[in-house]
Amino acid sequence: MGVYDNLNIPYSQYLDHHGQLHETCSDYTSDAKNLINFYKIMLRTRVFDQKAINLQRTGKLGTYASSLGQEAIGVALGAAMHANDVLAPTYRDYAVQLSRGIKMSDLLLYWGGDERGMDYEFSREDLPICVPIATHTCHAVGIAYAMKLRKQPRVMVCIIGDGATSKGDFYEALNAAGVWQLPVIFIINNNQWAISLPRDKQSATKTLAQKAVAAEIYAEQVDGNDVIACYERMHEFIERARTGGGPCLLEAISYRLSDHTTADDAQRYRSPADVEAQWQFDPISRLKTYLLENQFIDAEALDALQKQAEQEVEEQVKIYLNTATQPPEAMFDYLYETLPEALQSQRDEVMRKGKKHE
Amino acid sequence: MHQLMFWEAIRRAHDEEMDNDPMVICMGEDIGVVGGTYKATQGLYDKYGPERVMDTPISENGYTGLAIGASFIGVRPIVEIMSVNFAWLAMDQIFNTAAKVRYMSGGQLEAPVVIRSPGGTAHQLGAQHSARMEKVFMGIAGLRVVTPSNPKQAYGLLKSAVRCNDPVFINEHELMYNMKGDVPDDEYFHPLEGLEVARRGKDISLFAYNISVHWCLQAAEILASQYQIDAEVIDLYTLSPLDRKGIVKSVSKTHRAVIVEEAEPTVGVGAEIMAIINEECFYELDAAPARVSAANVPIPYNHRLEKEAIPDVEDVIKTVLATLGR
Repeated sequence: MGVYDNLNIPYSQYLDHHGQLHETCSDYTSDAKNLINFYKIMLRTRVFDQKAINLQRTGKLGTYASSLGQEAIGVALGAAMHANDVLAPTYRDYAVQLSRGIKMSDLLLYWGGDERGMDYEFSREDLPICVPIATHTCHAVGIAYAMKLRKQPRVMVCIIGDGATSKGDFYEALNAAGVWQLPVIFIINNNQWAISLPRDKQSATKTLAQKAVAAEIYAEQVDGNDVIACYERMHEFIERARTGGGPCLLEAISYRLSDHTTADDAQRYRSPADVEAQWQFDPISRLKTYLLENQFIDAEALDALQKQAEQEVEEQVKIYLNTATQPPEAMFDYLYETLPEALQSQRDEVMRKGKKHE
Repeated sequence: MHQLMFWEAIRRAHDEEMDNDPMVICMGEDIGVVGGTYKATQGLYDKYGPERVMDTPISENGYTGLAIGASFIGVRPIVEIMSVNFAWLAMDQIFNTAAKVRYMSGGQLEAPVVIRSPGGTAHQLGAQHSARMEKVFMGIAGLRVVTPSNPKQAYGLLKSAVRCNDPVFINEHELMYNMKGDVPDDEYFHPLEGLEVARRGKDISLFAYNISVHWCLQAAEILASQYQIDAEVIDLYTLSPLDRKGIVKSVSKTHRAVIVEEAEPTVGVGAEIMAIINEECFYELDAAPARVSAANVPIPYNHRLEKEAIPDVEDVIKTVLATLGR
C-alpha cells in the first residue's frame, strides 16, 4: 500500500463558449435532429423559468427556485436516461423533468403550494423534488439496490448541488453505493453557490468529483454549460452502470445566473458584474451559435421554436391557474394509507371550520 | 401454541415474511453473518443470502435512507437499528422522508418500511446506550409506532408491519429478548391499532406499554392480594395512533388512572395520556391521574444510581395507593 494511483479527475468539454466544437461527436450528437431537440428543451425550460418568476412576483406562485443557466445538465441527462430509469431531482432540475415528460402545470402546481403536483402523470417512479439537501442521495442508493435485487437493467440517477457534497448523507450514500457496486449515477450541478456560500468556501477540495474517489467510485468533471459534453459523459456513465459497471459521479461545472430562489437577493453577497461576466458561458447561446454556423437550423426556425415554447408555457399556466384548490380536509389525505380512527375527529373538526370560512 | 422467546418470535416473523415475499429484505449492523446483536435475524443470512440479509456499514442515516428508497419501488425492508440511541442519526430520514413522502408527493410514492430498534435501561449501558425514544417517534404524524410487551405481540406486530403500506417503527426493549411467552402455531397478524386489556379490574386503570406492562401486572397481583385493590392493566402496544376511545373506556369504568413508563416524564407518553384523559373524561375521575416515570436525567452508568433513576414495581404500588387515598 502506498500512494493512491487513481486520483485523476478528467475534465471534458466539446463545445466551447464561442460555440466551437473541439471533440469528435458520437452518432447521437452528430445528428442535427438531436441537437435541435436539446436546444428546444433548454429553451422551453428557460421560458418556463422566466414565467414562473413572473407568476411569483405577481402573487400567483410561491417561492420558486430558478434553473437559469443550468439547463444543459438536465437536458443532456434527460436524453441519456431511459424512460424506465429513475430520477431523484433537487428543486432546480426542471430541464430533466421536462425532458422526462413531467408537465409544466404539475411543476407550477407544486410551487403554487399543492403537493398533487408531485403526483406526476409520467415518469411515475421518479422521486418528488427533494427540498432538503442531499437526503435523496440515500434514497437513490436504495432504489439502485432494489433495481439490482430485482435484476432489472435500470439505472438510478441522483442530482445534487455543490453544497450537498458537504453533507453526511452524501458520503454515506457514496460509501454504500461503492460497497454494493450499485447502478447509480450521482450528478453534481456545481453552480458555484449554495445560497450565499461560494464554492471555495464550501470545500477545500480542488474538485468536488474527487470526493467520490474515497468510496472507490469513478468520477469526472464536465463543462456543465456544454450540452454535448454533458450528454456524451452521462450516456457513457449510465450505460456502464446499466451493464454492471457500478456507480459513477459526474461533476458538471455551471453557474447559477439567478438568485437562489425568489426569496433571495443575491446582490447581498455577489456583485452583478460577476454575474454579468458569466453570461458569456450561457449554455443556450453557445448551442445556438453552433446550430446556426453549421446551418443545422436557420433564424426563422429558431424564432418558431421560441414562439412554440411561449405558447406551451401559456397553455400550461392556464391549466395550473384553473386547478381548483383542495378543500381543508385534504390535509389528512395521503398521511396514512387509511386514516386512523383517532384522527377522524380532527378531520371532522377541520371540515366544520373550513365550511364556516367559505 | 408454543412458548417462544421474544427474539425467536421476531426471528420467526422475519422468516415467514421473507419466505412469503421475495421483496422482503432486512438490513442493519451485524444482522447478517452473526444474526443480530439480539439474535432477531439468526440463520436468515444462510437461508436468504447476503442480498436479502444485508450487513450494512455503520451508517444509520445512510442505510435507513437506503431502505426508504428501496421501499419506493416495491421492496419491503425491515431495518434493525442496533440501539434506539443510534436512531437519532436516522431521524431526518424517518421524520422528513418516510413519514412524509406520500403526503408530499400527492400520494405518488409511499414508504412501506419497518424500522425495529430496542431501547431502554439495561444493566449499565451508560447514558448514550440507555435512552427510550418512543415519545419522540409517537409525535411524528405519518409514522406508526408500536411496542410489543410479549412474544406474541412481537411476532404478530412485525408481520402486520411488513404488510402495512405506512412506515412503522417498532420499539423493543433490550431486556426483553429472552422473555418467554405463548405464540400461536398458526400464522398470526396483530392489529397495528388499538390496545389490550392485559388484566381486567375495576378500581383503577394502569396504563403501560412494553416493559412497564410487566411491572404493572406484578403490581396488580400484590395490590389484589395485599390491599384488595382490583387494578386494570392496559397494554398500549400501539403508541401512535393512540387508542383514545380505549383509554377513555377504561377510565370511565375505574375512575382512576396511573400511567407507568420507563422513560422520563417530560413531554412523554404519560403526559400525552394524561392530556387525553383530561380532554375526554375529566368528569369521570374520582382522583387526579398520576404518572410513574424515570427521573429527568440521562440514565446513570453506576449500577445503584441506574436502578434508582427508573421506576419499579414498588413505585407503581405506592402511586396506586396514593391515588386511592390509602
